[in-house]
Amino acid sequence: MSITDSGFDFLSLFDDGPQPQLDISQDIALRVRNLQVKFRRQHVLKGVNFDVKRGEVLGFVGASGAGKSVLLRTMIGLIQPTSGTIEVFGQEFSKAKELREQLIERHWGILFQHGALFSALTVRQNVQFPMREYLDLSPRLLDEVAAAKLKMVGLPPEALNKMPSELSGGMIKRVALARALALDPAIVFLDEPTSGLDPISAGEFDNLIRTLQRTLGLTVFMVTHDLDSLHSVCDRIAVLADGKVIAAGPMSTMLASDHPWLKAYFRGKRGRVGSTM
Amino acid sequence: MSSEALLAASVSGDRLDLLAAGEWTADRANDLERLVMAAALPPQSPIKLVRVNMAGVAKLDTYGAWLLERLLRGSRESGAATDVINLHDQFRTLVETVHQTTELPDPERLRRKSVTDWLAAVGENIAEVGQSAALFAQMLGAVTFAFLRVLWRPRTFRFTSLVNQIDLVGWRAVPIILLITFLIGAILAQQGIFHFRRFGADVFVVDMVGILVLREIGVLIVCVMVAGRSGSAYTAEIGSMKMREEIDALQTMGFDPISVLVLPRILALVIAVPMLTFLGEMSALYGAGLVASLYGGIQPEVFLQRLREVISLDHFMVGMIKAPFMALTIGIVACVRGLETKGSAESLGAQTTAAVVQSIFLVIVLDGVFAVFFAAIDK
Repeated sequence: MSITDSGFDFLSLFDDGPQPQLDISQDIALRVRNLQVKFRRQHVLKGVNFDVKRGEVLGFVGASGAGKSVLLRTMIGLIQPTSGTIEVFGQEFSKAKELREQLIERHWGILFQHGALFSALTVRQNVQFPMREYLDLSPRLLDEVAAAKLKMVGLPPEALNKMPSELSGGMIKRVALARALALDPAIVFLDEPTSGLDPISAGEFDNLIRTLQRTLGLTVFMVTHDLDSLHSVCDRIAVLADGKVIAAGPMSTMLASDHPWLKAYFRGKRGRVGSTM
Repeated sequence: MSSEALLAASVSGDRLDLLAAGEWTADRANDLERLVMAAALPPQSPIKLVRVNMAGVAKLDTYGAWLLERLLRGSRESGAATDVINLHDQFRTLVETVHQTTELPDPERLRRKSVTDWLAAVGENIAEVGQSAALFAQMLGAVTFAFLRVLWRPRTFRFTSLVNQIDLVGWRAVPIILLITFLIGAILAQQGIFHFRRFGADVFVVDMVGILVLREIGVLIVCVMVAGRSGSAYTAEIGSMKMREEIDALQTMGFDPISVLVLPRILALVIAVPMLTFLGEMSALYGAGLVASLYGGIQPEVFLQRLREVISLDHFMVGMIKAPFMALTIGIVACVRGLETKGSAESLGAQTTAAVVQSIFLVIVLDGVFAVFFAAIDK
């Protein structure tokens, strides 16, 4: 995504007017209303409604194939919704493409499931990529901030000069998180952040997300299947089933619910293991 | 409150008071860096304490926090104590987090090339050539071994895969091969007629085109086309399979990637390239005959008559016998390069380029070796 978007920067060279500002102090960071996505035959999202408050961690769960990935990809602008609105800090962006490029993408970071690091660039270049694009900084500051970001996600500075192909799965996730945080975004989208990590690394990653969320005051929208993550990181949980949000609330609400799917998910065998921790 | 980042300095005795204000954020980082650099203490300054008052800072992100950290570190290195006052509570954790960044990376420098670098590059390239040759020999051995095993147990051979590959690299290449060789034949004839006419030797064009096309040009053009069209595809296919661990998967299931992936592809080339060569040669002769009659006034009967007189079966066989060897070379180079692919997209691109360049180069070298051989046996 960033590769194609980098090409758009030259457009902004031509407007000298003051750039519009995104007011990131509002209480509602993300507001999704009646979001529908239809593909040729499939009606994947049938009117999704939810809010994400500023500074909270919202975990999104749902059965495989329920449309979580479609929802995430729609929210970050990779899929055009059939109808409905997505507001980011009060700005509805699904239609105004320029707005999205200038404003919103500067204020969010995305962690893709498999990292999506640029394989031709070193870790340093990957983390600095958005900085070079959006900010006019000295090389020294670029390097220092990149090192600070890596330190934040728990990687040593030696990793800076490695290529993505030389990293382990957990390190790739950390570098991808560092890249997502490169511009100090207000909102971070995480797509299955702990998938493919061993329980210890997954636990560390959960703590990392929680720490960074507190330190940087992030709003986090997280798609996950990891019950431990839902317990330890998420303030609220939303459940997507049959193209709609069928429940939303803190973990206690989920555990108290009588909905059969929620029961199976949160109070099943694996769920109990998670809740005892 | 101004949104710009500000840093005002005032000295009282041996204390430097810095009053910070505004937004210490990424967008202001450039100006802020300049302010921080300006506030740095000169060496042997009499300042004993640097006190930064952060009361006026409305926004602070990692960039601002880092620049504050840099300011404090710089001051400490100059021998002054540091003190941060009135920092908003919400920024405290961030400043502390950034403070933990202890080791800084060496800046990424573009090293200037020296003579030793140049020599090292030459050495590396030579070693790489040797390594390529070793890989080529290794693959040739592995393919031969797989082939012998297939002869021993014909049922293990992937016949469907072979047919599919022959369709891809042979049948579907026919139109482009016919077109290219037709044009080459026509151009050769036109050039020949144009220059031979001055000596009144028009009809010798038939000798030239016939021998050139059947012995050299036909097979070379076809091989260059096949290397570009199918060799690159082999490398890209096998390379991306390697990248996604499909080849490892095959191996762990007890399949030999050489007999499953490489052998059918190479055999398909060895079968298809002679066929394409024959078609290409005929097409080139047709093109030459057409130009000879339309442009040079050499009637088709005369052209054919002359062709029969000067062309022996030897000329034809010399061309055809080279085709399977060249096909083998192209196939092996393409498969070696594919299996050498590493994890990155860049590596796949580099290997594909290397496959095409190396196979065309080796085809031409092989052609030269054959020329020497045929000259030695008087054919």
